[in-house]
This record gives sequence, C-alpha cells and structure tokens, in this order.
Amino acid sequence: MNLQSRHLLGLEGMSKEDITLILDTAESFREVLERPIKKVPPLQGKTIVNLFFENSTRTRISFELAERRLSADVVSFSSGGSSISKGETLKDTARNIEAMKIDMVVVRHSSAGVPHFLSRVVQANVINAGDGLHEHPTQALLDMMTLRQKYKSLEGLRVCIVGDILHSRVARSNIFGLRTMGAEVSVCGPATLIPRYIEQLGVRVYNRLEDVIPNIDVLNVLRIQLERQKSGLFPSLREYHRYFGVTKEKVDKASHPITIMHPGPINRDVELSADLADGPHSVILEQVTNGVAVRMSVLYLLGTAQ
Amino acid sequence: MQVLDAKGIERTINRLAHELVEKHKDLDRLALVGIRTRGEFLAHRIAKKIFEIESKNIPVGVLDITLYRDDLHGRLDQPVLKSTEILFDIKDKDIVLVDDVLFTGRTIRSALNALMDLGRPARIELLVLVDRGHRELPIKADFVGKNIPTARTQEVQVHLSEKDGEDSIYLLNADEEKENRT
Repeated sequence: MNLQSRHLLGLEGMSKEDITLILDTAESFREVLERPIKKVPPLQGKTIVNLFFENSTRTRISFELAERRLSADVVSFSSGGSSISKGETLKDTARNIEAMKIDMVVVRHSSAGVPHFLSRVVQANVINAGDGLHEHPTQALLDMMTLRQKYKSLEGLRVCIVGDILHSRVARSNIFGLRTMGAEVSVCGPATLIPRYIEQLGVRVYNRLEDVIPNIDVLNVLRIQLERQKSGLFPSLREYHRYFGVTKEKVDKASHPITIMHPGPINRDVELSADLADGPHSVILEQVTNGVAVRMSVLYLLGTAQ
Repeated sequence: MQVLDAKGIERTINRLAHELVEKHKDLDRLALVGIRTRGEFLAHRIAKKIFEIESKNIPVGVLDITLYRDDLHGRLDQPVLKSTEILFDIKDKDIVLVDDVLFTGRTIRSALNALMDLGRPARIELLVLVDRGHRELPIKADFVGKNIPTARTQEVQVHLSEKDGEDSIYLLNADEEKENRT
C-alpha cells in the first residue's frame, strides 16, 4: 500500500483510501508511543528540515518528536534566527536546502501555496505544516484519528466547527477530510468570520450555536485569535464569548453528550469554557497524543516510499 | 505441490509443543512471541497445545517487524504497518520467537532488534514450522517443524485456517501461483 502523492500538501482531493491508510498506520504508531523506549528505526539516515517561517510551538514540537522517534536526523529553522529575515527569497532558501541533501521538508508559512511551490522546486518530500489561510492537513488528520477512535467510523458523524472559519486553515482541512470520509460538516460563527461561498465546500452554515447544538455529535472549537478583535471583525471578547463561546450551559441543551475538540492553544473562557475543556467529553489531550502518531505515520509513509 | 496436509501440520505442532515443554524446565518464564501474520496463529496454537499437556497458560505476544525491515526503503509496494501487541514484560523471560517459514533469516534479524527495543529477555529462541534453507545471515532455528529442501527460486507457502481457510504447506515453482492465498 502506498500513498498516491509523494508530498502531503493538503487534504483537498486526497482519496478516502489514502486518508484511511494514514489513520490506520497512525494507530500502529500509537502503540510505539506507549512503549518504554519510544524510538523505532525506519527513517534512520534520513534528514528532515523543519522550516517554520511562522511562529509555532506545538506543531513544531510535535513534528520534531515524530521525526526523532522515527530515528531521522532533524534540523529546525524558525523565522526569527534564519536568513529569511535577511531578505533571502523562498526559491533561494529552497535551493540551499537542496544543496544540503535534505530528504524531507516540513514547512509552515503565512502565505498559502508555499509548500506547493517548494514541492515543485526541490527533490525532497514536502509536508505542509500550515500554509496561510489554506490548509493544515496534519491537524485535520489528527482530529479525524481522534474521532475515529471514539466513534469507530466517521461515516455520518455530525461535526460542527465553531469560531473564526474565515482565517482558519484547520477548518478548511477538516472540511475536506471529513467530507471525504463521509461525515456531515457544519460551521458556526459570527457572519464576519464566515467566508462567503463556504457552502460550496458542502457544509451548512449556522450563525447561532443554539441552532446547531441539538443536531451534532462533535464541536471542534477553534481558537479565537485575539488580534482579530483589533481588525473590527467582532466587537469584544466578552460579546464573542456570550454568543459563540462554547459553555456547559449551551452544550447541555442537547439530549446527548457532545464531544469537545480544540486544536490549541485554548483561550479559556473565551471560545471554550474551562469546565468543558477539562470535562469528561473533552478529547483535547487525546488530540495532542494522536498528533505525534499521525505525523509519524505521514513521515513514515512518505519517507519510505520509492 | 503439497508437502504437508492439515493432519501433518497438527502432528508437527503437537511435536513442537512437546519439545518446548521438554526443553523448558521452568514454564513460568516461558513466553511465545509470534511474528505477524502467520507466526501469530502458530504461537497461539502451540500455547493451546502446551496448556493441554501441562495445564499451564503461556503468555503469547505478537510482533510486527515492519519498522525494522532492512528492505523498507525503495519498495514499490510498501508493507502495511500493524501493531506489536506484547502485553507482558519480556524482561528476564525465556522468549520463543515463532514464525512460519525460515528462509534468508532477515525477518528474524529484524524481529530480534524489534524485541530488544522492548526490553531485555533472559533468552531468545527460534521456532519455525518450516526451514527451507538459503540463509543470508548467521541465524539458526532451535525448534524446526519440517526441513524442506528448496531451490532459491521456489516459494514455500504456509496456509493456516485462521487466515487462509485451510491448513496446508505448498512448495511452488517460480512460475506457479497459488490463487487462494490472500
């Protein structure tokens, strides 16, 4: 079994078989993560560079852990200390990577399409760790892995993504992936934070949490970026919390328990109340553990393919 | 060509179980680890047999060696990764690795490395249903069900009812294909 592509650029257009292969392989890596010695040898001798042009702590750590646990050699660049801030073009950076004989590149960038560009100019396998407002495929894969563990199948599962859909690559990758796997996806948020024409991706749009909560199994709560308030897209954090903050009171209106997900880092009591984040139906820490397993799976499948 | 039928396989497993019991005075330290896929089924069958002989439950684990293969890179068809399921502590145990066919020895080399990453057993032995020769590494089985002399190009196929719907061992020439094995 092989993946169709030698890069992971996004979940748009990825087949159900490929997603299933990644998730199944990730389950096997979960077992490796439970061992006293959490290191296995399949990427021995491979060199991976993590190019983080945009700040990130947890995604970078998760990738680095996954890489090291597969025995790869790892180099990490972050935007602050590298030549990117010295005005080097992306193409020159790519050529330099190429000259250093790197096998795989994990890239995060504030502009959409950067991983796609890199995949055309370097020989290495490219993995998208988040590009602009476009996609963040490994986040959606770990979300799907977490849901599949809980519900066995994603077919017919009703998932609502809540919050700033407009600026969210997590939402977009989740929509593509979940729809391919047969889930019903809806989005909910203030009208200013819902992109126009999002219905064309096959999702339903809600502007009131109260309307969507009775009809779903899962709420994937997105982080509200505090700087968005300055741009005037919503009046205040307090108002956002009142209308779109996910609280126990609102969730309890449903007749069945609703699974709570969050890609982190959480603004407690802004988009998600603390009692729900720590409650029995929260799978937030499962998501983090699965994140390492899913990244190991992707790196392994791409890194060992011909 | 069939080289062993269901009855023959049953007798062989019977004998292997008796040999194991005879060689292991301290059955409390004994544990079986089957190599996926068919080694797993064989290990369970042998454990069942030992229970019939000695009324003792021998722990059985399953080892997936995919991550430790030396031919992992550059294959056209990637092997599917499955989980290792060894739910007991292998430290200070007498481990018997179980596999269906011993050929080049490369699978066993991988299995030894995989096992060592899980802990430090007191001893590791190897049990195989079939030894077909053509070793590429200095590896030898401690318990052998049946020695089958083969040409390098021939294929030995072990069919077990748990996976293949029948118990049988075939020796096939390079141009032969047995269709009912998945």
